[in-house]
Amino acid sequence: MILFALGIWSFLSHEALLRKLIAFNVMGGGVFHVFIAVAYRGDTAPPDPVPHALVLTGIVVAVSATALALALGGRAQDAADHD
Amino acid sequence: MTDLLPLAVAVPLLAALLVTALPRQAALLGVLGAAATTLAAGAVLTAVWLNGALTADLGGWGVPLGISMRANGFAAALLAMTALVALATSVYATGYFADSPKAVHFWPLWLLLWASLNALLLAADLFNLFVTLELLGLCAAALGALTGSADAVKANLRYLLVGLLGSTTYLMGVALLYSAYGALDIALLAEHIAAGGDENNAVDAAALTLMTVGLALKAALFPLHFWLPPAHANAPAPVSAALSALVVKGAVYIIVILWLELFASVATASAAMVLGLLGAAGVVWGSWRALRAARLKLMAAYSTVAQIGYLFMFLPLIAATPPGPARDNLFAALVLMALSHGFAKAGFFLAAGLVQQQAGHDRIDDLGGTAQQMPATTFTIGLCGSALIGLPPSGSFIGKWLMMQGAIEAGQWWWIVVLLIGTLLAAAYTFRVLSRAFGLEPTPLRFVTDARSEIPALMLALTAVGVLGLAAGPLWTLLGLGAGGAA
Repeated sequence: MILFALGIWSFLSHEALLRKLIAFNVMGGGVFHVFIAVAYRGDTAPPDPVPHALVLTGIVVAVSATALALALGGRAQDAADHD
Repeated sequence: MTDLLPLAVAVPLLAALLVTALPRQAALLGVLGAAATTLAAGAVLTAVWLNGALTADLGGWGVPLGISMRANGFAAALLAMTALVALATSVYATGYFADSPKAVHFWPLWLLLWASLNALLLAADLFNLFVTLELLGLCAAALGALTGSADAVKANLRYLLVGLLGSTTYLMGVALLYSAYGALDIALLAEHIAAGGDENNAVDAAALTLMTVGLALKAALFPLHFWLPPAHANAPAPVSAALSALVVKGAVYIIVILWLELFASVATASAAMVLGLLGAAGVVWGSWRALRAARLKLMAAYSTVAQIGYLFMFLPLIAATPPGPARDNLFAALVLMALSHGFAKAGFFLAAGLVQQQAGHDRIDDLGGTAQQMPATTFTIGLCGSALIGLPPSGSFIGKWLMMQGAIEAGQWWWIVVLLIGTLLAAAYTFRVLSRAFGLEPTPLRFVTDARSEIPALMLALTAVGVLGLAAGPLWTLLGLGAGGAA
């Protein structure tokens, strides 16, 4: 939850793309931690597998989104250099 | 029958793969894929029409472990609208991107976008909604940046980042709900929430707030709309049409599901009122900016902000109306407004793209003579404009009429004031374009100058004005059959 809040704060307060992206990943990390914490079902019972699957999917989505944002950012930089 | 639902997603996905594998035949394969997807969507619509809501468990794994899909009347109506708009846009794109190297990139992304939108409309659990929402956002941002100009890339980078912020916030809400109820399926969760009583109220409220704020960012609800106009106005015309008419509706669809189906028992009237007021502010601000916009596509983009505002104004009215025919009417009017805006805005953007290609720019003040050079396109803009204003017999006329009726019955007269202001402003910006479009040149001999691109736009406009307005009756049957808890 703290990671999520920190992520939102820095996402909104930083101008640079790279910082925003790192902030977004911190935010995502916060959400994934909440999911993992949700999976805990007591010391003896095995953890709930569903949130783990969700976190895996979420990580894949976050990686591809970061990649696309970086590609677009590179393109924007190129275009700015040309002008 | 239940195999139909995966088909609506699988067909465009397969077509996207084919187009990527055979880039030389991209346009032909793309249109074929579009036609096949439209058929699949039509089949889903027919099945929902005949049998009521459908569900399908993928791979034989049911709730709660497996992934399931469902289609009710609301989803089927949007699915069909998506299919028609996307088909028209595909045909248009063959003309728009003819001899352009960008076509190679356009077709795979376009079909992927369509596949993820269909998956979103048919998703039956909250996590799938998140995944499809992300896919939709990624495809949309990539498509929007297709022109490669610095403005377009920058605007769409912002769109992408805003989308990521929105969907991560939404996911946090999903995590909270899962921690409280241990379920993700929408129908199952709705039961749990209704049965939960007061004990989980704080969790419900926190989750609903997080999810709504996240989605409102993606749906461009005022004041979170700042990213929309530059992103939509700088994209290539077929893409702007899809972004404005379809992609934004995806997020609105989820919000409507959340408020009317999932959290129906906990969403309070005062919270819905906040959304409605924001929607009303969006109507006034969006219409005003549209009136002041210097460029045709920017004007259309601001008008989208306004039209999305109307959809949110329905939420407090529905919350204030007790269940019964009056409430069903309001819900149907909401769907009708969403559908007719989809058709009209897509047609408008396609026509604006033609004007831009022909004139080399889209500055509204310098468009003199467009009506003489491109009569069919100007006619399209006029028709779409009349649907945006809500003149009879368009679908939005009925939608607005029912909204006024609902507002009077609920005793919330202030919505009518907003409605009137929005309508007047819409009339003003439409007529502003039309008044500039006519010049002194001689009237041409031919009505249609470029059939391949002009006809699809005209068809969309006619659907918005004629078909939806004159034949809106069946929509009630469709929604009554399938909407279940929502209506």
